[in-house]
Amino acid sequence: MLPTPSTSHVCFDRVYEPAEDSYLLLDTLSSSTESAFLSERFLQSTAPPLVLEVGVGSGVVLAFVAANARSIFGRHDILTLGTDINSFACQAASQTVSTAVKDEEQHEERSIFLDIVNGDLASSIRPHSIDVFIFNPPYVPAELPDFSRHTDYNAVPEGKTKTSFEQDSYLLELSYAGGEDGMVVTNRMLEQIPDILSKGRGVGYVLLCAQNKPDIVKQQIRDWGSGWQAETVGTSGKKAGWEKLHIVRIWKNDD
Amino acid sequence: MKLLTLNFLTCAIKTCKTNASSFPLHPRDAELEIQEADVNLPFLKNILPRLMWEELRTICKELGLPDLPPTPPTPTDLISGGNSTDTTEGRTQAEQEPSQTAKDLHRVLLETCIQEGKLVCGCCGHEYAVKEGVANFLLPGHLV
Ligand SMILES: C[S@@+](CC[C@H](N)C(=O)[O-])C[C@H]1O[C@@H](n2cnc3c(N)ncnc32)[C@H](O)[C@@H]1O
Ligand SMILES: [Zn+2]
Repeated sequence: MLPTPSTSHVCFDRVYEPAEDSYLLLDTLSSSTESAFLSERFLQSTAPPLVLEVGVGSGVVLAFVAANARSIFGRHDILTLGTDINSFACQAASQTVSTAVKDEEQHEERSIFLDIVNGDLASSIRPHSIDVFIFNPPYVPAELPDFSRHTDYNAVPEGKTKTSFEQDSYLLELSYAGGEDGMVVTNRMLEQIPDILSKGRGVGYVLLCAQNKPDIVKQQIRDWGSGWQAETVGTSGKKAGWEKLHIVRIWKNDD
Repeated sequence: MKLLTLNFLTCAIKTCKTNASSFPLHPRDAELEIQEADVNLPFLKNILPRLMWEELRTICKELGLPDLPPTPPTPTDLISGGNSTDTTEGRTQAEQEPSQTAKDLHRVLLETCIQEGKLVCGCCGHEYAVKEGVANFLLPGHLV
């Protein structure tokens, strides 16, 4: 088992606390099948892969990848970049990832952490620049929060020293509420994937729960066109009915 | 935010992406901070093919930083003594020392950070704020 990065500095009143879904991503990315797949796809002789995680939350997943690049990719020279709609998550994750990278004692073996940017999904990412995409979305079928308050709720209120209770509730709602079928945010993200993944080697990992109807989602991805593939490469909570979680790997085979 | 990050970002407005002038984003009123980090020579050599060199030079100019050379360095340029007659052959990766060129590149890409300021799209003119080192790409229109 590879070590889980520390998130003890993060305030979980307004940032998603690592949970079963987060840990399933860690386990899947470091599984022997996925590390074999990734090491083969990103051979040491090729340019360093850029890993983007959308919705970093506490940063636990991106920090894990950054700190364990050698085990996952067979190389340490990877780049990591994150986004989150919640500015408090951006600050928290930035600290989580930089601390995890600095824990690597061999300085030349450290991976390169770029930044966490505050934004909607991958809207600010240069087209076709992402080699590995990771997303643990807000996937619970629950009404989406009212975004009209976002600008006010995304910062400590002027003249105050801390966030309000309503503000914290809103920020946490953003982390789990996924609208109809829990798929509203994920569907918007899936639409962007073909435009952000690098040509020839880009690959994505997206978490779904049973209520998201993973089989239908995978078929929709395969219908994007020739070469697009979608397979479940990790699951958890098999007995817990709708809570069952899937990690779907999305990639394109060039013919 | 690190200058290398700008190599991978563009304007968040959909219609700008197909327009070449939306990349790179242009720093304005930037307060810079140096955040020291160890030079990682193997990484610097490998990242060269991914750098949008012309655009990076533009950003450095706009920030008033020393000019980058007109053409990107080669991996050999990054090794101390890499161009001397005593070539690096026979020296293992671990024995190689970074050249001044490597140190300068490292400083620009990974140590020079924008702490406060704006990033401006060359296509639509939209300004994205950078506060406490975090760039904000949220668009009011997208959040309705
Ligand atoms: C289920 S949490 C996952 C957090 C973390 N990646 C983990 O696995 O523990 C979902 C995250 O997505 C973020 N998020 C929700 N909607 C988003 C959007 N439109 N753009 C970017 N991030 C978003 C939330 O703020 C939250 O941090
Ligand atoms: Zn623009």
